[in-house]
Amino acid sequence: MALVFDVITNLFRKRATVLYPEERKEEPGTFRGVLGFERSLCIGCGLCWRVCPASAIEASRDEKGARPVFHLDRCIYCYLCVEVCPRKAIKASSRRAPAVEDKRKLEVS
Amino acid sequence: MGLYLPVGPQHPIHPEATLIKLKVEGEHVVDADIDASFVHRGIEKALERKTYVQGLFLAERICGICNVAHTTCYTLNVEGLAGIEVPQRALWLRLIVEELARVSSHLLWLGLLAHVVGFESLFMLAFRDREVVLDLMEEITGGRVTSGYNVIGGVRRDIDAATAYKIKSSLAKLKERVVKYRRLLEEDPIVRARTVGVGYLSPSEARELLAVGPVARASGIAYDIRVNDPYLVHEEVPFNPVVYDTCDAWGRAMVRVGEILESIEMIVYALDHAPSGEIRARVPPIFRPPPGENVTRVEAPRGELLHYVRSDGSEKPYRYKVRTPTLANLPAAISMLKSRGDRVVHIADVPVIFGSIDPCICCTARVLVVNEKGAAKEFQLDELAAKRWAR
Repeated sequence: MALVFDVITNLFRKRATVLYPEERKEEPGTFRGVLGFERSLCIGCGLCWRVCPASAIEASRDEKGARPVFHLDRCIYCYLCVEVCPRKAIKASSRRAPAVEDKRKLEVS
Repeated sequence: MGLYLPVGPQHPIHPEATLIKLKVEGEHVVDADIDASFVHRGIEKALERKTYVQGLFLAERICGICNVAHTTCYTLNVEGLAGIEVPQRALWLRLIVEELARVSSHLLWLGLLAHVVGFESLFMLAFRDREVVLDLMEEITGGRVTSGYNVIGGVRRDIDAATAYKIKSSLAKLKERVVKYRRLLEEDPIVRARTVGVGYLSPSEARELLAVGPVARASGIAYDIRVNDPYLVHEEVPFNPVVYDTCDAWGRAMVRVGEILESIEMIVYALDHAPSGEIRARVPPIFRPPPGENVTRVEAPRGELLHYVRSDGSEKPYRYKVRTPTLANLPAAISMLKSRGDRVVHIADVPVIFGSIDPCICCTARVLVVNEKGAAKEFQLDELAAKRWAR
């Protein structure tokens, strides 16, 4: 019975939920979101694809040498690669990964 | 004359795949057995294929709700194996996040209990209040559920003064509400009718069947790893283990709600008294600990969690073993489900009883070998030892 009063007053309170697709909650700046990659800073050391626990980073080759390709569909957002990168070429952000129909749109290189 | 009644593997009251095999006479359950082997994920084997640093993120995913307990246990275990010194402040921060995760887990369980007993308002309110904790977790660690906070050698982020103030003010509001829920559990006729005297587990049985965590503490056994085998800075943070001797589902609910309040006190104390300094020791991304073995126990929200590691000197563990609290509590759950003497278990009590151990099946599943004829066989430890499987 102790809840009856609460339940009635809740009728006149602000909504606790967020009407998701129309209004979105602001992510705090500390949120671990999708990765960004600055190709010009990369030296191709290969640490990121060696530490990745989810095998989400693949090595590719261009004229400058080996460079990583990030598959965000496999990424678990552990940020090991961000921590390990010696040139800070992998950037953290607090954006959420978008929903896509084609997995190739989630490749970052 | 008895009738076998299967509850599960797909059943609305337990979303996870568990088969509870009941032998019933009329409305009374006379015998019970639990099969939890539907979702074996092979995580222990997969851990042998990962380096120690990568394995942390797999260990985190053994259980979604108690992920902080798993990472705490994994990091302490590997640090003990490799002899890595952790800065003092990191241990305090780990304690804060671990207790926050405990609050979130117990609030989720409170909501599920309310759902099982048919008290949907409390279910909604408990899940609303859990959101407060999840928002704090997101603020501190960067992830709402999978926190990724503990790393080998320390923690990833520091808690600054502004965040500490926010944590304290949010938890003060949460505490008022939880005190109200505790009074509700004590007084509400619906909750009392569905839980008092249901799922009886006597103290001697609890000891004999090696019940852990809130299940043991509700049967009057003051057994808490944080007291009996302190692993972080629990000696320096004052807290009282919550023990009830009602031995029933109501007692388990009261233990968990009491623990929420204790955890909030611990977090506030730790925020005020944590020493300043380094939060992370430098550990290379790939390292080779010396050959040897190590065992760590941690008080997860559901009870005692045990991790064992054996190293052969390479960069990957030779063997990693996880014993989750739900596995330890399953024998006790089977015992609770059986009617004995004048303690009758009704079919309607089964969800409350099984829910009262806070089951988490996905981290519990054991090996099940199915041969080509479809006959299934589960292996016990001594059978496996007799087989001496070659690697």
